[in-house]
Amino acid sequence: MEQHNQAGISSAKFEELLASVHKIGEEVLRPNAKDVDEKARFPQEGMDAIKSLKLMGAYIPTELGGLGLNITQLARVCEALGQYCGSTAMIFAMHQIQVACAVNHGLSNEHFKNYLTKVASDSRLLASATTEMGIGGDLRQSICAVEQNGDSFTLTKNAPVISYGKQADDLFVTARRNSDSPANDQVHVVVSKEDYELEPSMAWDTMGFRGTCSEGFLVKSKGHMKQIIPAPFADILSQSMHPTSHILWGSLWLGIATDAVNMARAFVRDMMKKNPNAPQTAALRLAEVHSVLQLMRENVHGCAEHYQKLLSENNVEALDTFSFSIKINNLKISSSSLIIDIVSKSLLICGIAGYRNDTKYSLSRHLRDAYGASLMVNNDRIMNHNATLLHMHRGD
Amino acid sequence: MVVEKVREILEKTGRLSTPVADLQNDSDLYNAGLTSLATVGLMLALEDEFDIEIPDNLLGRKTFASIQSILDVVAQLKK
Repeated sequence: MEQHNQAGISSAKFEELLASVHKIGEEVLRPNAKDVDEKARFPQEGMDAIKSLKLMGAYIPTELGGLGLNITQLARVCEALGQYCGSTAMIFAMHQIQVACAVNHGLSNEHFKNYLTKVASDSRLLASATTEMGIGGDLRQSICAVEQNGDSFTLTKNAPVISYGKQADDLFVTARRNSDSPANDQVHVVVSKEDYELEPSMAWDTMGFRGTCSEGFLVKSKGHMKQIIPAPFADILSQSMHPTSHILWGSLWLGIATDAVNMARAFVRDMMKKNPNAPQTAALRLAEVHSVLQLMRENVHGCAEHYQKLLSENNVEALDTFSFSIKINNLKISSSSLIIDIVSKSLLICGIAGYRNDTKYSLSRHLRDAYGASLMVNNDRIMNHNATLLHMHRGD
Repeated sequence: MVVEKVREILEKTGRLSTPVADLQNDSDLYNAGLTSLATVGLMLALEDEFDIEIPDNLLGRKTFASIQSILDVVAQLKK
């Protein structure tokens, strides 16, 4: 793992950037969120607005042309985006997870330095092809393998889900190191649009996160051997992909939950204006949900700060412990459960106005997105992992 | 010999797809089929046999990656 500078940008500069994120959120993401959701279409306007702020390279070091944010700043951007459109925020987060893998494990490598420079300057959109047909969701096993031929390779993978696969510029694909390797001896390969074909195999018509367009594809790709990230995928997963995923996802779920509570608050205020003598039931419910939101926020922020500290110390030993995995798994389990709790409580506050699709208090999209959180990378699978890992944990 | 004892424990608890006799000390145990659930049994047996308690900072994937890495940890804790 590379030493990654986690200094980030100054808080003044960051607050300025965050204000711009909220501005595109209000002006571009929110007005399009309903249409993106209804049509299950890619949020092109939102992603263009994100690109206009150079955010595709948010986590890429400044010397390579990126914005140089640290992980907690990146998480705050996801949280802000989540307040306006869950799908756009999810696409942004998934892109940044791939960036983090390349930054954390490729920075000392000339090819990946040049690659990341190009990602920042051209605002390339990076997607992920980790799960595979016939494996059942276990990221640490692959059937497909890198087929080396001299300096080049071919790689064919049957992926049940590649979010925004059609719109991506590059794919990060996991595969066995070679055709003789066991299922868990994996590498992480980056292939570019020019070098792959996608044959659609499964559509994406879901309850929530509809705009992520997470269709299934048969990927047929080729590339140069140097496009393989120079670290075992096992290390990339435990040190980068696993923590970054759950921190960034947790952050955007927090954004969705925050927006739901904001709507509940606005509803209670409107009600008070209309009828100051009405019973305080909704206000009481607001007080309750607000405390749950704080719990979720402190947990997400705390985990992001903890990870940032370990990264800044380049503390690979700590990142590789079971106790760190348990902590990150706990973040996923709790934040994906709390988002449902918070949005449901907000819906009770807004009542029929929240239940309707045609009011400014509609929480339909929030609620449907919220349920995706515990199902994408199923919580039951994660709790099973922790059930095993906790046997090897001494206590806090 | 500690190494023979470790190999014996691995044979009993590791549920590997490759026989332990066919493994070098530096062979990757995960590639040989070691799962996280089997790691639990392996850890408990090692702690029992050598009367050690592996601390949290050593409880990670790398400790159980090979016979050699297990030997290193046992040696470190037996000191």
